[in-house]
Amino acid sequence: MSARFLGKRLLQLLPVLFAVSALSFLLLNLLPGDPTIAILGPSATEENRAVLREELGLDDPLPVRYVNWVADSATGDLGRSYVSNQPTLEAIKQRLPVTLELLLLSQLLALVIAVPLAILAATKPNGVLDRVSTSTAFGFLAIPNFMLGVLLIYLFAVRFRIFPATGYTPFSENPAENLRSLALPAITLGVAELAVYLRLLRTDLIATLQEDYIAMAQAKGLPKAYILLRHALRPSTFSLVTVAGLNLGRLIGGTFVVEYLFALPGIGALTVESIFRRDYIVVQGTVLLVAVGYVLANFLVDLLYGILDPRVRHARVAA
Amino acid sequence: MPELPPEPPTVVPAAGVELAIEAVTPAPNAHDNDRSAKRRLGVMFWLSIAWIALVVGAAALADVLPLPDPTDPGIAVARSAPGEERVLGADSLGRDMLARTVHGARVSLIVGFSSIAAGLLIGGAIGVLAGYFRGRFETIVMGAMDVLLAFPALVLALALVSFLGPSIGTVTLAIATLSIAPIARIIRASTLTFAQREFVLAARTLGAKNRRIIVSEILPNVLPAALSFALVAVAVAIVSEGALAFLGLSVPAPEPTWGSMINEGRTLLEQAPHISFVPSGAMFLTVLSLNFAGDSLRSRFEVREGRL
Repeated sequence: MSARFLGKRLLQLLPVLFAVSALSFLLLNLLPGDPTIAILGPSATEENRAVLREELGLDDPLPVRYVNWVADSATGDLGRSYVSNQPTLEAIKQRLPVTLELLLLSQLLALVIAVPLAILAATKPNGVLDRVSTSTAFGFLAIPNFMLGVLLIYLFAVRFRIFPATGYTPFSENPAENLRSLALPAITLGVAELAVYLRLLRTDLIATLQEDYIAMAQAKGLPKAYILLRHALRPSTFSLVTVAGLNLGRLIGGTFVVEYLFALPGIGALTVESIFRRDYIVVQGTVLLVAVGYVLANFLVDLLYGILDPRVRHARVAA
Repeated sequence: MPELPPEPPTVVPAAGVELAIEAVTPAPNAHDNDRSAKRRLGVMFWLSIAWIALVVGAAALADVLPLPDPTDPGIAVARSAPGEERVLGADSLGRDMLARTVHGARVSLIVGFSSIAAGLLIGGAIGVLAGYFRGRFETIVMGAMDVLLAFPALVLALALVSFLGPSIGTVTLAIATLSIAPIARIIRASTLTFAQREFVLAARTLGAKNRRIIVSEILPNVLPAALSFALVAVAVAIVSEGALAFLGLSVPAPEPTWGSMINEGRTLLEQAPHISFVPSGAMFLTVLSLNFAGDSLRSRFEVREGRL
């Protein structure tokens, strides 16, 4: 990967980061509601609130506040919660591992099932396995995660008491219990991704298998499985890598409902709680984190393209 | 989106990459088989349309149909199972589940269709203009769309709805706002494929002005793909409303919505699972039908962003 290419992509990242941070800031500053009431309670006097506004810098012009906020955020100071006075960064640090573990587990689950299934389905397009897996995947795509979560709780926590319905055990406390407590949420999140990955990889694999170099490999008499795994799989993983990579970014913010449903103390739950409590500062911090995470995931995926398929790299340098 | 979304997110990084991929990937032949099979709209398609028609009809006629008041407790014994007293049973307060499900459909459909209609109008206009005029305008506008897409959709919706106060209007507004960026991207992609075609060039040579070309050459071609995408988008919108309602941020109680009904039944799964399952079934079939109908139509007017 050329340094020029890398530099150019990094430069393109700047305006997006600026826009994303400005929007996070504006979103929560332009909305109605006075944070001083949230902090001091509705019975606070006008003077007390004025003093607090001064302290928090709420009277400064919007651009000044934005610059201050960005400068503070860059050094890791995301402000303190209006409600609990806990530094936002600390709250995020506490919650992030839960969300990340949930994400990792769900993606792992989705990929481990989707990749082999897609390979098998693609070897015989329109075969029995292909038809069954494709239509099952289509069905799963129509199940919203809150619905699937409720269904799983009913099956695995109420009817058959295999997994706990709610609650979270930290990994450091009891690894086995930790995995058990994350099983249902991870399945809930993973199933929809599984369906997407299966569809993507299957379609791309079928397309790749039509290419001339595959015919060439067959003509050479290479074994079918070898062609499939060594020749076809890698160039077929474009869309899969894109979507899987972006999902890691997207899902950091996409776990609200699941965390709420299963009572997991993650970033999603933190954001939802803070929104309900009108704790702007914390919401601002988590929204910024999620948005920046998504932008960075997008960037990394873009770099991965070049590593996965040298043809893209050359085409781009030539262009 | 909630998450996110029945359609695999069609996120394509930078313009350069799209073109580069195009350069190295010949159009897959495998699709041709798929497509000819899908060209005839099969039984499943018409079943989907029938279900959608049924739900729309029931929701529209909810007040005329011989149903009890959906907010009236004491219609039946609380938590009674389907078939015991009422066809679909009663909820935790003894309200009729069938009436609640039908009235809940109203909220889902109104929010789903009107938010996407608004999104289609704004996002569609942005997409067509960006795809037609290209240049700096396109760069800036589509950059803005990318930024919007970078936001966790549900956070935006949650924040908007909770600060503006939950009601059918604010929920629709929030979901409409979220739908603008993805719709604009799809419509732009679709416009791009037509903007350079011979018939557009011919119209221009004949002296047609931009506005005329857009209205009578581009729009009629973009519309079919846009409308079939819109069906899938309505499904996403219905799911989003469901998620908001599930978190208690949609139409306030006691008005029924599918999402809030599912949430109400959540704590009673052991004693009365039907309280969650009835609205779940209704929502599942509706979303599945919309997805299926949209997907079938789309494979006829196929435009994929990645294919450009």
